[in-house]
Order: sequence, then C-alpha cells, then structure tokens
Amino acid sequence: MISALALQMWCVAGLLAVAILAVALSRSKTSTSVVYSASLAICVAALSGSLYWLVGGKANASDLTLPIGLPWLGAHFRLDVLASFFLVVVNLGGASASLYGLGYGDHDPAPNRVLPFFPAYLAGMNLVVLADDAFSFLLCWEFMSLASWALVMAHHREAGTARAGYIYLLMASFGTLALLLAFGLLAGPAGGYGFAAIRAAQHTPYVATLVLILMLLGAGSKAGLVPLHVWLPLAHPAAPSHVSALMSGVMTKVAIYGFIRVIFDLLGQPSWSASVVVLFLGGITAVMGILYAMMERDLKRLLAYSTIENVGIIFVSLGLALAFQANGLKLAAALAFSAALFHVLNHSFFKSLLFFGAGAVLTSTGERDMEKLGGLIHRMPFTSFAFLVGCVAISALPPFNGFVSEWLIFQAVLQSPELPQWALKIMVPAVGATLALAAALAGACFVKAFGVTFLGRARSPAAEAAHEVDRYSLSAMFILATLCLLAGILPGLVIDALAPITVEILGGAMPIQANEPWLSIVPIAESRSSYNGLLVMVFITISASSAVYFIHRFASHALRRGPAWGCGFSDPTPAAQYSAGSFAQPIRRVFGTLVFRARDHVEMPQPGDVGPARLKIELHDPIWETIYAPIAGAVGFSAEWLNRLQFLTIRQYLSLVFATLVTLLLVLAIWS
Amino acid sequence: MVVISDILVQGVQMLLVLLLAPLLTGFVRKVKARLVRRKGASVFQPYRDLLRLLRKEVVLAENASWLFRVTPYVTFAAIWVAAALVPTFATGLLFNWTADLIAIVALLGSARFFLALAGMDVGTSFGGIGSSREVMIAALAEPAMLLIVFCMALVAGSTQLSTVANFMASSYVGLRVSLGMAVIALIMVALAENARIPVDNPATHLELTMVHEAMVLEYSGRHLAMIEFGAFLKLLLYISLIACVFLPWKIAVFGTGPLAYAVGVAAYVVKLAVAGFSLALFETATAKMRVFRVPQFLGAALMLGLLGTLLLFVSKSF
Repeated sequence: MISALALQMWCVAGLLAVAILAVALSRSKTSTSVVYSASLAICVAALSGSLYWLVGGKANASDLTLPIGLPWLGAHFRLDVLASFFLVVVNLGGASASLYGLGYGDHDPAPNRVLPFFPAYLAGMNLVVLADDAFSFLLCWEFMSLASWALVMAHHREAGTARAGYIYLLMASFGTLALLLAFGLLAGPAGGYGFAAIRAAQHTPYVATLVLILMLLGAGSKAGLVPLHVWLPLAHPAAPSHVSALMSGVMTKVAIYGFIRVIFDLLGQPSWSASVVVLFLGGITAVMGILYAMMERDLKRLLAYSTIENVGIIFVSLGLALAFQANGLKLAAALAFSAALFHVLNHSFFKSLLFFGAGAVLTSTGERDMEKLGGLIHRMPFTSFAFLVGCVAISALPPFNGFVSEWLIFQAVLQSPELPQWALKIMVPAVGATLALAAALAGACFVKAFGVTFLGRARSPAAEAAHEVDRYSLSAMFILATLCLLAGILPGLVIDALAPITVEILGGAMPIQANEPWLSIVPIAESRSSYNGLLVMVFITISASSAVYFIHRFASHALRRGPAWGCGFSDPTPAAQYSAGSFAQPIRRVFGTLVFRARDHVEMPQPGDVGPARLKIELHDPIWETIYAPIAGAVGFSAEWLNRLQFLTIRQYLSLVFATLVTLLLVLAIWS
Repeated sequence: MVVISDILVQGVQMLLVLLLAPLLTGFVRKVKARLVRRKGASVFQPYRDLLRLLRKEVVLAENASWLFRVTPYVTFAAIWVAAALVPTFATGLLFNWTADLIAIVALLGSARFFLALAGMDVGTSFGGIGSSREVMIAALAEPAMLLIVFCMALVAGSTQLSTVANFMASSYVGLRVSLGMAVIALIMVALAENARIPVDNPATHLELTMVHEAMVLEYSGRHLAMIEFGAFLKLLLYISLIACVFLPWKIAVFGTGPLAYAVGVAAYVVKLAVAGFSLALFETATAKMRVFRVPQFLGAALMLGLLGTLLLFVSKSF
C-alpha cells in the first residue's frame, strides 16, 4: 500500500513527465488530447488520494525528504490536513480544467504554447502546498508563478497581453521578494529553514508584525488583495480560459494557503492587532473588487475582478479567526476559519465554472466584450444554464453553496461583540457592513454579467451565429454546477470534513454537523441560528411545482407569441437595448462618482447634423493613479536621468571613474 | 401525533399567508382611495384581478427564453417559502429552524435576482431600465436589511426569527436605542423592497418613473398573476416581520393549544389592519422621490442599521 504523500509526489512527478512529453509530442496532432487526458487522470488520482486522506483518514501527517535543494537541508515535503484540503482544491480545479481543455484545447491557435506549461503549472501548485521547508516553498512558488506567466503569454500577439505579462512578472517578483524576507525573518539567524524548526522557534512580537506585513505583501499580491491586485485583472483574462479558471479559482487559493500556513501555523499564537489589519484590507478588497467588476464590460475581466472580491471575503473571515484566536475564543475562531475554508472551496467551484462559461462564449463567438454579445441563451442553452448556476452561486443566493459560506461568515461576525478590544468592536461591524454591501453588489454584478451576455437580443453578427460548445467543456461545467448545488444543500458534510483542520490549526472545532437532525447546520447552538439548505431547496421545489400544477390545472393554457410590447415603443435595433454600461449606470452614479470619479459625457450633434450622439464614460482607477502611476513615473524619470550617462565622451568617462575611485578610497579611509 | 400537529400548524400558516396577502393589498388600496375621497374598488378586488389574469391568454414576446417563463414560478416559490418561515400568529413552527432571518433575506434576494434577469430577457429598454434600477435599490436595501438583522440578532442573541420573537415578547427587552434605530431602518427598507411610495409607485403608469413595474412590463396572463401574487406576499411578509419582532403582542408560543392559536390569528389580523392603514396613510401623505434621491433614503437606513449595530457592539444595554 503506497502512502498518501508518496501518491501525491508520484502524481506531481507524473505531471512533470506529461510536461516533458508535451514538448516531445509538439509535432503530433494528438498532443492536445494526450496531454489533457493524462493531466485529467493524474489530477483525479491525486484528488481521490487527498480527499480519502482528508475525509477518511485518522492517519498522522507524513513527511518525506528528498536529497535535493539546500545541501544541508534537503527538500522536505509533508502532507497534513491543511495541505490535503488545499490539494483537494488544486486537483479538483486541475481535473475540471483538464476535462474542459480536452474540448477547449482544440480551438487553441497555438497549442504548443500552452500544452507543456499546463501540467507543469498544476505540478507547481501541488508542490507549493506540499512543501515543508522555506527553500522548497519559495522554489515551488516561483515555479508556479513562472509557469502561469508562460501560460498568460500564450496568446502573446493579442493586444494587451504583453503588458499584462510584464506587470504580472513585476508583481510576482515583488511578491516573492516579500516572501523571501518573511522566511528569512522566520528562520532567524540560526537559519532553521525547515517548517518544523520555524514552528518550534519562539518569535518576538516585532518579528511577528514584520512577517505579517511581508506575508500580506507576498501572499496578498498573489491572491489579489487591494491595492496589490493590479496585475490580476490583466493577467487572468489574458490566459486561455481554462488557465484563467485555474489562476482565479485555484492559484489565488494557493496564495491563501501560504498566508494561512505562515500566519496561523508557523507563527504560533497571533496577536489581536494583526487581525485589525487583515480585516481592514479584506473589507476594502471585497468592496473595491466588486465595484471594479460592476464597471467592467469585458466578461473575463469582470470575473477576475469578482475574484478579488471573493479573496477579500476570505481574508475578512481569516481576520475574524485571528481576532477570536488571539482572545482565546476557540469555538468562534473555528467557525470563522471553517467559513474561510468553505468559501475557498466554493469560490474554486463557481469561479472555475464561470471562467469555463466565459471560455465557451469566447470560442463560440470570439468575443469577450459583453457589449457585442447577447441572446446566447437561445443558441447556447446548456452553457447558459451552467453559467446561470454559477451566477446564482456566486451571488450568495440559497440554496447554492455561496450562500452557506457567507452565512457562516455573518454568524462569525455576530459572535464578535465578545471581543474585548475597542478597535475590534468598531472594526467588525464596519467590516460586516462592507461584506453585506459586497454581497448585494455581487448580485447586481452577476445580473449584469448574465443578463447582458446571455439574455436580450444579439448585439453583433458573431453573437447571432453562436453555437453550443463541445461535450467535454459542457461536462466540466455541469460537474462544477452540480458540486455548487451539492455543497449548498449538504453543507454539514463539508464542515465536518473541515473539522480536523480547525482542530490542528486552532485547537478547536465546530460542533459535529452530522449529528444534527435533517442535515441542518448549526454553527453554535440551535437556539442561536441554524440553516438547512436541503429543506430550503425541497420547499422551493415543492411550492414551485405546486404552483405550476395549480396553474396548469385551473388556469388558461392559451399562449401566443407576439412582438415585444415595450409600452408600444418597439425598439428597431438591438443597439437600443440596455447594455453593460447602461445597466451599471445607476450604481456608477451612486458609488462610482465617489470611488472612480466617474463622469458621463454626452456629445450631441449640432441641430441639423445627422451624425450620431456619443456617450463617453470617464472612469479613474484610484489605486493605479495614486500608487502605481507615481512609482512608474519615478522609475521612468530616474531611468531617463541615468540614461545621460550613456552618451558621455571618453574624457568624461575617465573623470567619472577617477571620481568614483577617490570617493571609495575616502569612504574606506574614514570608515576604518 | 406531535409531528402531525406541527405539520398542521405549519400548513395553516402557509395557507393563511396565501389567503391574506391579496386581502391586505386590497385593504391598503381601499384605504388609500377613501383617504382621497374616492370610493375605491372592493377590498376583494385583488382576488378578482388574479382570477381574471389566470383566465387570460399569455402573450409572450417572440424572443423570450425559457428563463422568462420559469421566473414567475421561481419568484413566487421563493417568496412564499420566505413568507412561510416568518412567524405570523405563532412562534416555533416546525420549519422555523430551516432558515433564519439572513436566509429569509437571501431568499427574497433570489426572487429579485430572477425577476431582474427576466426584465432583461426580452431585450427592450424598459425591461433594462427596471432591472438596473431595481438592482441599484437592492444594492443598498440588502446591506441595510442585513445590518438590521445584525441589530436584532445581537439583542436577542439569535438570528432565528422564532427565538427573536419569543425574546421580544418577554418582559426584559425594555426600550432600547438600537432597536428604535432598527425599526425605523426596517420600515424604510420595507418601503423600498415593496416598491411603495416614496421609492416607487405601485399604481403609476408613467413608464419612466417606474422601477418594479417596468421590469415586469412584458409579463401577461398567468405569469403576471404569479408575479403579482408574489408582490402581495412580499408586502405581507415584511409587515409580518415587523409585527413579529417589534410588536409580538399576543403571538402564540408554540404548543400552547388551539385557543392561543385562535387569539394569535385574531391579533395577527388586527396587526395587519393597523399596519396596512398606516401604510396607506403614509403613502397618501408623501410624494414619490426622484430615482437618484433613493440612494440617500436607503443610505440613511443603512447608516441607522450600522449605528444600531455599533451601539450594540459597544454595549449590550443600548
């Protein structure tokens, strides 16, 4: 019997072998199906291994040391419950993306730019989760970043891809630098880079604060925390859609794994002031992310911005867990932490599903711009159904899964008056309000995403000529849609599966949900709150079908198709419909004037002129303009200034060398 | 035996809300008409309207999709389930613990989500304008509602409506600043959610001023009947919610026997009548506001809810 960790490592080795095989097969026509089916098989194996280990296993964590990496350390790998949960997320995402890729990959104009990197990217994400020393962690982290960068650059001739790749590379290097420093601080002067040594060491509050800041910069930039999110809405949509799904649905979760591993596991008992920072950043991220998404007209960028929102929600929940843990409220901490992990899982389900849907739209119409889509529900019925399920789930509506995790987070917020610190007493209700606002705006945003893309009349010939996509893509979407529903109606099973993790990380757990009657979930006690997704679903089904039965039994059956009524004013062209921009107009006016300094400019033609009137929407990205543009400006300015050194005469160069030499000697003389 | 009586009481509640909802709307319309010295239609007119709509043929726009035809039933079912979960005449109903207040708010959110999508389905500008304004209102009303829920939950120590109602009916609630703020905010949200004056006008036929009615403009026949019925139920739901939390007078505690239930039903009908009368009075005395004044109105509700919650975080005694 092979050990669970060995199985995972063999799967990683298998994925790397597939990557090499993809290079070897690059001339062959079958390479697409070979690579994706091999990745699918390996991911399913790794998924079932880690799932079995997480749910069924009472086994202890297992270690493995490979003789590579730092010579005196070796490369440590470890499988514990936290890692196994994230392995489930990674490999489920990997398996569904591979299945989707079997169909989607056929449409790729340059498959050899994707195929070798796809399995390598999956292997990288698996390795980050398995790594058990700082060196392997950082190495695998960089491997994952570079593989995803290569995938972002797959369609390198498309407008904007080069810029996206450039900014991604910069931000990824910045993030890794922060992580490097964080691990350096954690290892201390003795250089104990193994996670076991770090865990055993005592860290001073000063080091803990610095590590928190560095982790927020390092893991936060990869996860998309505002204001480090700028690369994310550029890079995620630029990649092929199944890779976008992996980047948004899975890689952000790997970043969150890094944050949890260091802050909750390695650093020991947290301080409450850490939670204030995490809560604040999480709240800002959630609201800003969804407001950006609301303003967006590109479907894939909208989804990427919504990822930022969900990362914010997860960080809020982690911040609550930190606050409770710092004050020794184990049960509440376990509730908040389980809610965060549940949302991690949920987001990986529905975000992958939505990106697959966007990819299906892209293959079938060649458009990502929602203003050129519309009416796809008639021509792509299955895709639109799956996409609708994803929209309902991500908008946190019962009985789907998104609601359950947000409900748990709200229950955790309601536990927080017990926190003694005043800063938290003020912060938590404010963050609760931002979460509620973000949830409501998410609903509005996904009404827009689905309504403009799939409903109404086609806005372009491409949308008119759309057709349903292949069966592999559809089955990947429907599997994820089913998972969204199952996690929504059977949340108790998920919470119970998460219990070993909260026990290991926090030392407490939520009540066992399997003991509750009727599969309800009860976070604290039944008198406080309970929710039963299954019964809500059954009730809705029964009352809807009884309404349908009654109507069809007693009411008139007559039905006539006619032109749309529209109050007698029938719009002649599809352009007269509401578009993404006009749908967002009320929210742009309410929130956008404050946040984005949004202005609508209407240019009317002169009287008698038959030219069209034009509406121009002016939006300013506050974070880009206040943080990134000045930095880019300063770099540009100094580069310009230094550039003068390139055009000196030989005499000037020699005097420069002489001056440098004298200065250095002077410094040495004074120093010693 | 206990289970059977439980199911019976739950069933009675579900039928009761179904029966009373059109009557409540009819009553509000009647009072409004009388207040402006019109004779007004009978209080039973909404039932007749529903029956008439059920008998009529459905005229469906040419490019309406399956979503357009499914939405009336989904919306109706979601609102009906939500309305059945709010204690009306008795607390501790069989299925009260399936969903708490947050879930009820979210169920209403589901109903609105589908209605807003249906508004965009046909692809007319009126549907779009209705949907986009509806989600704008919802984007403010929903967080306000959740903060009100937080407020009540922090006072009562539970988000279960039955527990909250039992707690509020008990003697040791007293007058609280936070609950005062919550009730004002809740009334403001209820006006917005039910498309009442001053946020929206349920009786208007001037298209550009409509929100909810513009969204459902393309519906006819039995589909329209379901949507109208859903709207009646939603009004009843909000009034029941306000009544059971802030006015739990004579509400029957679970298992106290048929007499207490009868008293509970009578008290419930009285509460509905009082609330309906106040609503009609308020609507007659106020003018509808411009669409872009609504965010300020709802922003005030949001801030009241936040302030109430903050006060409770500071001290449990507020």
